[in-house]
Amino acid sequence: MQPVDLADSTSDFDSPDAPRKNRLDAPIRGPKLGPLEFLRWGWRVLTSMRTAIVLMVLLAFASIPGSLVPQRSSDPNGVIVFRNTDPELFAVYDSFQLFDTFTSVWFSSIYVLLFVSLIGCILPRSLHHWRILRAAPAESPDNWVRLPFRRDEPATGGADAALARAESSLRRARYRVVRDGSEIRAEFGYLRETGNLVFHIALVGILVTLAVAGGYGWNGQRVIVEGQTFTNQLASFDTFNPGAWFSETQLEPYGVGLNTFTAEYTQRSSDDPWVPVDFIAELSVTDDNGTSDATLKVNEPLAVGNSQMYLLGNGFAPIITVRDPDGVVVFEQPVVFLSQDSNLTSVGVVKVPDGLSEQVGMQGFFYPSAVELESGALASNNPEPINPAVTFNIYTGDLGLDSGQTANVFQLPTEDLTLIAGRNTGVDVVLMPGDVFTLPGGLGSVEFSGLRRFIGVEIRHDATQFGVALGVFFAIAGLLASLGTRRRRVWIRVAGNTPTAKLEWGGMARGDDPRLDVALDKLVERSRPTEPDKLGTT
Amino acid sequence: MNYDLESISLISTYSAMAVYALAFILFTVDLAGRAATEGQSKPTRWLRAATALLALGWAVHVVAVVTRAISANRVPWANMYEFGLTATAALVAVFLGSLFWRDVRYVGAFISGFALLALGIVTVNFYVTVVPLPPALQGYWLIIHVCVAILSTGFFATGAALSVAQLFQESREEGKLQGRSWLFLSAFPSAAELEARAYRILVIGFVFWTFTLVAGAIWAERAWGRYWGWDTKEVWTFIIWTLFAGYIHARATRGWRGRPAAILSLIGFGAVVFNYSIVNIFFKGLHAYSGL
Repeated sequence: MQPVDLADSTSDFDSPDAPRKNRLDAPIRGPKLGPLEFLRWGWRVLTSMRTAIVLMVLLAFASIPGSLVPQRSSDPNGVIVFRNTDPELFAVYDSFQLFDTFTSVWFSSIYVLLFVSLIGCILPRSLHHWRILRAAPAESPDNWVRLPFRRDEPATGGADAALARAESSLRRARYRVVRDGSEIRAEFGYLRETGNLVFHIALVGILVTLAVAGGYGWNGQRVIVEGQTFTNQLASFDTFNPGAWFSETQLEPYGVGLNTFTAEYTQRSSDDPWVPVDFIAELSVTDDNGTSDATLKVNEPLAVGNSQMYLLGNGFAPIITVRDPDGVVVFEQPVVFLSQDSNLTSVGVVKVPDGLSEQVGMQGFFYPSAVELESGALASNNPEPINPAVTFNIYTGDLGLDSGQTANVFQLPTEDLTLIAGRNTGVDVVLMPGDVFTLPGGLGSVEFSGLRRFIGVEIRHDATQFGVALGVFFAIAGLLASLGTRRRRVWIRVAGNTPTAKLEWGGMARGDDPRLDVALDKLVERSRPTEPDKLGTT
Repeated sequence: MNYDLESISLISTYSAMAVYALAFILFTVDLAGRAATEGQSKPTRWLRAATALLALGWAVHVVAVVTRAISANRVPWANMYEFGLTATAALVAVFLGSLFWRDVRYVGAFISGFALLALGIVTVNFYVTVVPLPPALQGYWLIIHVCVAILSTGFFATGAALSVAQLFQESREEGKLQGRSWLFLSAFPSAAELEARAYRILVIGFVFWTFTLVAGAIWAERAWGRYWGWDTKEVWTFIIWTLFAGYIHARATRGWRGRPAAILSLIGFGAVVFNYSIVNIFFKGLHAYSGL
């Protein structure tokens, strides 16, 4: 099949800038295609450049839903919110896998097709380029006058000497040169195609790495309160996402304790909001080498075991103590409150299933620096714990913890519960540190008995990093080499006889090359004999 | 934080806009003048004045960028306003720099008009006072990642200007757009020439965008624990990269050269603008640094 892009083969040598051949332009003859012909035809269509372009544009457009609709991978909370707000639309979207855009069947099929097309293109091209690399520069064209660059030079000092000078001029410019009797054939810029191929092969390499090594990765999230220690085992994670080939033995044994967490804030003037300047977590890391101190900050992950630990969030964990009517402690622990705004107004839930005559659930608000608004409601005006306060809505009833289903520790479904204290009950529950609230009906008491900070960390082992980094390195190197190199061919032949003999230079470029004339004129210039006495050089 | 310099920066920004407006008017007068001379493609005397004004406006613009940086004591691209301020300066710099390479003053009206419009929108809508950097933005990756993003935006915008000119010229060469009001197009190079120039500029933009994507991925690994997570901004970075990759291939493919390639380049630039404006303001994601 005659590739149409290559039809003008005198000016388009070997694989073009448009390296894919435009096979679609070729007429498809014959009314019927057998199965084999059909496959061959399909393969040609798939590996054609046009199909590749269409697939690239399709891939770009297919990504858009991934930014419009919350994704399970990057925004699981958003997905839950979406489901709660509009269950019907959620079902429709979900049937199109819109919440998993980048692993969806339609998105995957586009990029798989694109990469199959890419591989179908680079394999023959690599083979072709390999042959070109091993071959001598091509024969001079029959149609010399059509060459875009032509110069005639007097063969000063005889044809042989002039040819020798021309050859060394070309070699100094790193052309590949073959002298064939009275003709020189030279070629430059193989790196253009080499770089191009390296770039595309590197992209395939990245995809293969993601597919293969991605399965060995894992990541998990965990909240650590000051004074607590995290041990690296499956049960210790709050959430855990294993790769396809994860096994528990991949988790190296170590422990990380949070000694202190410090947050620094600043404000421009007293009317402006507080903005964070620094978050510093001081840790003790215990592993095979013993215990050592470490610092974890945003942008500065901690390497521990075969994994990396990242500081992703922080907040306050008021210590809540619940006692029965006899003063026996039935619940005492720091409760993680999740911050809702820049002044760290936070919400949290306390569940006391055992020890009291009824199960008690408490929805709480935490204000690091509580101030009372005109409406009587509390707000926080500073993210630092200057005047910490906790408020609660307290419920009794079945907390639903005995059903065996995993319950969200940050949510308290209140539909089946009875509100006994808090908002709209006439009994406000506002606790400063050390304050004790006596539960109605002789149930017991609640105390805000201390305050800790917590950090949210992600611990991650990513087996793809090295391979992807390597692929990216080669892709960029290939891209730069390819874009920075011009592919040029030069032929020199002798015309006429001594003493009027001259060298005819002819040259051409592959693709656009506005600097062809300038570059080749320089080569001609350098091939002239050096004459120090010569006057009036132009 | 130096609040005097901050207000000097803002005054300089408005001054630069005023000078850009003058340059835009003169660029337009030049094009109109060429149309009036029945297709004589000689630049009019207004062109030199317009270019000089653009250069002056750019100098004032750079003052605005530098004083902003000094007043904040960091790089001037930590929020949406600062990105817009610096990216428009980069765009004008790319255009002025291109003049050393080729005489592309014929797109000066587009460039000065776009810079004026962008700077105006950014200053009126996105202006925020200098505040310290949040922890996630601290570190040298902010310098690298956003700097290359700004540079590539400058190149993409200049390439878009040339692609627009190419589309008009292509229609004219096909016999459309023959009225007197289109005569100024005769001052422009041929569509093929415009395409070649747009391509060279856009390829540079593509290389810088590749660096933006990679530097962003490395930074994301440090800050968020993964180098790629399909955050909305990452999605759009990928979309832009794929569109311009498609453009580069289209340029080299028969049947896609010319108008389709130019349209693809404009869709790509549209995605760049969308990513900066709509995605920053309305989309949820980890890149919530607009400061608004």
